[in-house]
Amino acid sequence: MMIFAATSGAQLFFDQVMNGVGTGVIYASVALSLVLIYRTTGLLNFAQGELALFSTFITYWFAHEQGLPIVAALLASVAVSFVGGALIERVLIRPVEGASSPLNVVIVTLGLFLAVNALASLIFIKPGQEALQMPRIFPTGDLALGIRTSTVGFAAVLVIECLLLYLLLQKTKLGLALRAVASNPESAKLVGINTGTMLMVGWALAAPIGAVAGSLAATRQSGFDASLMQQVLVYAFAAAALGGFDSPLGAVVGGLIVGIADSLTIQYVDALDGIELVVPFVLILVVLLVRPNGLFGRTIVERV
Amino acid sequence: MSLLELRGVRGGYGPVTVLHDLALEIQEGEVAVILGANGAGKTTTLRAICGMLDKVEGSVLFDGSDITKRSTQAIARAGIAHVPQGRGTFGDLSVDDNLRLGAISRKDGGVASDLERWYEAFPRLAERRTQAAGSMSGGEQQMLAIARALMSRPRLLLLDEPSLGLAPLITKDLFERLGKINEAEGLTMLVVEQNASLALAIADRGYVLETGNIVATGDAASLAADEDVRKAYLGF
Repeated sequence: MMIFAATSGAQLFFDQVMNGVGTGVIYASVALSLVLIYRTTGLLNFAQGELALFSTFITYWFAHEQGLPIVAALLASVAVSFVGGALIERVLIRPVEGASSPLNVVIVTLGLFLAVNALASLIFIKPGQEALQMPRIFPTGDLALGIRTSTVGFAAVLVIECLLLYLLLQKTKLGLALRAVASNPESAKLVGINTGTMLMVGWALAAPIGAVAGSLAATRQSGFDASLMQQVLVYAFAAAALGGFDSPLGAVVGGLIVGIADSLTIQYVDALDGIELVVPFVLILVVLLVRPNGLFGRTIVERV
Repeated sequence: MSLLELRGVRGGYGPVTVLHDLALEIQEGEVAVILGANGAGKTTTLRAICGMLDKVEGSVLFDGSDITKRSTQAIARAGIAHVPQGRGTFGDLSVDDNLRLGAISRKDGGVASDLERWYEAFPRLAERRTQAAGSMSGGEQQMLAIARALMSRPRLLLLDEPSLGLAPLITKDLFERLGKINEAEGLTMLVVEQNASLALAIADRGYVLETGNIVATGDAASLAADEDVRKAYLGF
């Protein structure tokens, strides 16, 4: 904190907001993948963060062990995650999807949470190794006005993700089918849509978004290990709840709000030193009391 | 050959059997109506045709091929459009999206022109193109559900209680439109309906369903004249 001593109060505030944007973008990405699965399958995937962790290790493996440039490694990891997401839906989720209680699937995602985390450590972390170092994607240093290049880069990645997702969902036949399954699965079948395939596509799309989020999160730290995504997932859930679980835009705005609120609290509220985690939740509690569907969630109006 | 034929169909939900040895036949181009009290198995019959029951025994033949074991989506793609009870519109999607979804399994290039055609036939829908389907009135949603079904260019249209929750005048208008569509397109329809007199007025053939069995069948005019049917379902 000493380096801030010389800067003005306004500059300090601005720096902290930008810092919050940097983390907020990561929360937003993970929240986006949560929302995507929720919208297509009606399921909260508790394993989303750990799947992102696994993808992060894959990025690391491509970059470190295979010697690919980091951007190529990230793209390769995105491709693997796409296939992996689809496979997980096929093999692990589908058998319990028809179960009488939707809780069964939730339990499977909780099991997946533990299993994927353990598996990732087992495969990727060599004995005695403490933290892995992810190569940087964006150059260090400031771009302008004291804003870090990486923050701008992260934001650009998020904007591109959102744009691609928007185009896919709103402008393609596949997107229309995905939205139909989310809106009314039975009617989707009645117009000839294979709902099982769409659920698989939902998982396949969510995993690469997580892969990007995890890999970016890893580059922000000097070293990362298997605990990388655990706190991120909690914040991402907070972001999704804040924005509304059915709204991709809400996930993005929610992620940024949570990131900024967190960063400002750490800087300014000494009383919460060490328990900054409560802040996003107080924020969420207030929003959900006032707007139970989140900031951007739709209140379903159904006339009969 | 009949377009749709049910032979010895038994089925229901879990341990409960609703349909017992059901048989019925619909010829290409005709409107058939299933009458029956609440709980007779009318909706279940339509669900059996569409592969929406857990288990169906017997056989459902569509255009000569056995569709009994096929999935709902495969049956839809084979040319059976089902407007379920409660309309089954995609409530949070726009009217336009709903109609496009009707044609989502089509591979031909005629979707855009069909869209304009049904907007012309249902001007209320054209006015509300971008509006969420769920925010429209019940009558408008029923029109949308039917237009969506027509967008698939079906060979057989199944309608489950289209009059449910609609005002009498709107119901009357709806059945007149259905009659016209049948005449103009030669589209085969199977209608399940509580409002027997309106349904029989556009129908060629009628079936009376009681606790999962067909107890009376005949051409629509003679059913409408039948004293038992009149007392039980027409109320006079």
